[in-house]
Amino acid sequence: MVTETVRYIDAISSVLRHELDRDDDVLILGEDVSYGGPFGATAGLSESFGPRRVIDTPISEGAVMGLAVGAALSGCRPVVEIMFADFVTLAMDQLVNHAAKFRYMTDGKLSVPMTIRVQGGVGGGYGAHHSQSLESWFLHVPGLKVVAPSSVADAGGLLTAAIRDDDPVIYLEHRGLYWTKGSFVPGGSPTRIGEAAVVRPGSDVTVVTVSRMVKTAITASEKLAAEGIDIELVDLRSVAPIDWDTIEDSVRRTRRLVVVHEAVTTGGLGAEIVAGLSTRAFEVLASPAVRVGAPSAPVPASPFLEQFYAPSVEDVVEAVLMTLDDREERPAHAS
Amino acid sequence: MLPDLGVEGLMTLLERMLVARRFEEQLIDLAQERDIGHFHVYVGQETTGIPALALLEDGDLSFTNHRNHGHLIARGAEPGPMYAEILGRATGYCRGKGGTLHLASAEHGFPTTSSATGGCIPPAVGAALGFQRLGSDRVSVCLMGDGALEEGAWHESANIAAMEQLPVVFLCENNSLEALGQRAGEYPSSTMAASDLTELASVFGIESVAIDGLDTRCVYQTMAKAVQRGRSGEGPTFIEARTVRWPGNRPIWPELATGKTDLSMAWDDSVIPQEHIKWHQEQDGVLEYVRQLLGNGQISKESVLDLDKQSSERVREGLIFALDSPYPSPEEALEHVFTPHQG
Repeated sequence: MVTETVRYIDAISSVLRHELDRDDDVLILGEDVSYGGPFGATAGLSESFGPRRVIDTPISEGAVMGLAVGAALSGCRPVVEIMFADFVTLAMDQLVNHAAKFRYMTDGKLSVPMTIRVQGGVGGGYGAHHSQSLESWFLHVPGLKVVAPSSVADAGGLLTAAIRDDDPVIYLEHRGLYWTKGSFVPGGSPTRIGEAAVVRPGSDVTVVTVSRMVKTAITASEKLAAEGIDIELVDLRSVAPIDWDTIEDSVRRTRRLVVVHEAVTTGGLGAEIVAGLSTRAFEVLASPAVRVGAPSAPVPASPFLEQFYAPSVEDVVEAVLMTLDDREERPAHAS
Repeated sequence: MLPDLGVEGLMTLLERMLVARRFEEQLIDLAQERDIGHFHVYVGQETTGIPALALLEDGDLSFTNHRNHGHLIARGAEPGPMYAEILGRATGYCRGKGGTLHLASAEHGFPTTSSATGGCIPPAVGAALGFQRLGSDRVSVCLMGDGALEEGAWHESANIAAMEQLPVVFLCENNSLEALGQRAGEYPSSTMAASDLTELASVFGIESVAIDGLDTRCVYQTMAKAVQRGRSGEGPTFIEARTVRWPGNRPIWPELATGKTDLSMAWDDSVIPQEHIKWHQEQDGVLEYVRQLLGNGQISKESVLDLDKQSSERVREGLIFALDSPYPSPEEALEHVFTPHQG
């Protein structure tokens, strides 16, 4: 196998094609998927695999989610595309009450092997109905696995894992990452769901983050390194289940924790991680853990306002500094 | 009228109708003695679900709802594990994880049961999509009430079933024909502006028909045609089976308002009390089916009563089995959230 340098969205396309080719039970379902979807992730698949396997659906997110549930029960392995994460709200009954619970309610007599590809995130001036990060809603539902790759390699590895997994997996794509490049092995092996990655080893402060905020945190860590502060950066990769071992191991060494995500801070993934870590290792914390996320407001459309709204490199730097000193004043996005 | 099934086939239908009826009568009795939580009963709809589902074959999937007891019995599920599931015991079909609202038995063609109204419709259509894409001749049957037509899930799913010509049969049991009882202060039923429910399917080009759910022959024949259409790739069918709302279903909690079924009412009008006379004389499909069997001349009162005795004994033994069964161990509450040992 040869490593190539491709874009994040190309890795997604490549894995979809590879899995359709590898397993006849795999189906693609979604709005306009035969045209490639809004950003081209499914481009060309219909031509190769035909409309029986690459299925254009009506604009009916709720039914399509349930359609995938039923198809999974009858022996298929569907991959549903929800055009924008915000529209998962229309499919929550089938996702939460059906996909997530059928295995449990039948005492494990069946499983629901389906993947839900969801695209979202702040950027591009899409506004409040096309920019949300809703991972904490999914994290809250037992029976759902949730992954959110930040790198091109993980975009491929986690999608491969999601499609081959026997449970429902929500695969969160950040459109701000679609055109980022990285190394990728076509037909490569899956990335294990539930395993975080230490993308930068360090000794002073643990920064736990996910999806596009990994890029933001990497830039922040470079700035901090210039000031002599050594960040250990953990890319969660999987939002559910959370890799507690990796987080705890890191914080036991650094004794300081910052969690960074693009979603609204209130009731978010960061709250879960800070609470969970506190229970596991409160005694090692040298300072209060800090969360960096979006404020409690809908996502604005204006690119100017978007820049203020989304957590920035400076917010991450400030939050890290907060865990290292006793300053009273907190940066705008930290809480 | 009776379906063309021969004596043995007709008696099998009667047996399942009687098991379903006695099963729920005993359940209502049990609820008087102990708190078993809320449940919905199928009394009054047996002549729809039982002949309709009897003609399904192995591999055909059926997706039902909160009013599911009769559906499972129709496909051969046993009273013992059903009671055990309702009572939360380890010997239940789902070891107590499903309960009455999610009774399911994959071996009897019920992979799962949704109790969100209309919730079973998209998965039922999805299973049909799977069958079609996998090149199988199996059909998917969506068992729904009239209330499910009020959900958006219906309209979205019907559109897809029609566009893709999927092998799905929507069997809609409309038990709200007496919904006007709502005005008399009874528990309210469905609220729908459309007066002809079949139009909600025919507008998508789906083959649609309304039938009398008490007419066993008509149910059987209509269903047989719909299943055949599905198997031969001719697409979905919507059947509105008009059933009667049993007086015992009018309160929020089911009550034995019409007493325990006395089969002798089928041949002796003198034992029918004035109260609920319409139910006993015209609306109870099980009594009507017995009348037709006797009228046919091939089946005697004695054989009907014998079968009833055996059926009552089966459900009695089923309940004893369930009550004697242990509860699951507490740790089981956390099992089977995810598939183990993957990758």
